[in-house]
Amino acid sequence: MDTSIKILIVDDFATMRRILKNILKQLGFKNLVEADDGTTAWDVLEGQTIDLIISDWNMPKMTGLELLKKVRASDSHKRIPFLMVTAEAQKQNVIEAVQAGVSNYVVKPFTAEAISDKLEKILK
Amino acid sequence: MDVRLINPFINATINVLETMAFVTVNAGKPYLKKDNVAVGDVSGVLGLTGVANGTISVTFEESCILTIVSNMFGETMNSLNSEIADAVGELTNMISGQARRELEESGKQFKAAIPSVITGKDHSIIHYTEGPKIAIPFNTDHGDFTIEVCFER
Repeated sequence: MDTSIKILIVDDFATMRRILKNILKQLGFKNLVEADDGTTAWDVLEGQTIDLIISDWNMPKMTGLELLKKVRASDSHKRIPFLMVTAEAQKQNVIEAVQAGVSNYVVKPFTAEAISDKLEKILK
Repeated sequence: MDVRLINPFINATINVLETMAFVTVNAGKPYLKKDNVAVGDVSGVLGLTGVANGTISVTFEESCILTIVSNMFGETMNSLNSEIADAVGELTNMISGQARRELEESGKQFKAAIPSVITGKDHSIIHYTEGPKIAIPFNTDHGDFTIEVCFER
């Protein structure tokens, strides 16, 4: 895996952003930025080059699914890999995310190995 | 209340805490809770709508949640602060999500609200619906916690 890429972590809970940052740092990723909802994440995307988005689903202002759809509809961002990390994993949620173009999906609660496996698949 | 709604929350609680915080959790015997006083120092409360409307809460003793969050972060947490409150909210969220997946497998669909967190000795937990409050006590090596499940009759 190329660990020099810049990863945007989007979650309204600081706890989850911290856990994901710890895991990503252990995996060797150092270039990490954060946003606490989809709206803030979009602002980050418009201001700097992001190579991978890891996003929660259920957030205020703009959900992860809305962010995913906006990213995929954007000429400048549509190719950015998008990993959804969420407690929302009922069948309909998964179908909606796949239809919207999610790159992969991790269900909370998760292990560090689950994150690592999904990243390897996305970044290979 | 349909008692089959209870087990998914017990299973989810054990799985979430063992997976995210590496603590061994033992469930005690469920009981009918009569009052609104929380059995602990910090609670996450979350509303559910679907085949039945209700709320769940998760209340931790201070020593228990400090150990859980310390394990989640990989660093020692010493006091109940905003970081602990945020973690309790996210734990409540994950327990709800996992339980709703198990409930979906038996044909019961639910949607969840964003959790709120309450802290303080003897704080109250107000469930949004009128119905029996089923409390399930849990113990860990570092303290106890209790989940409450309340669905309309």
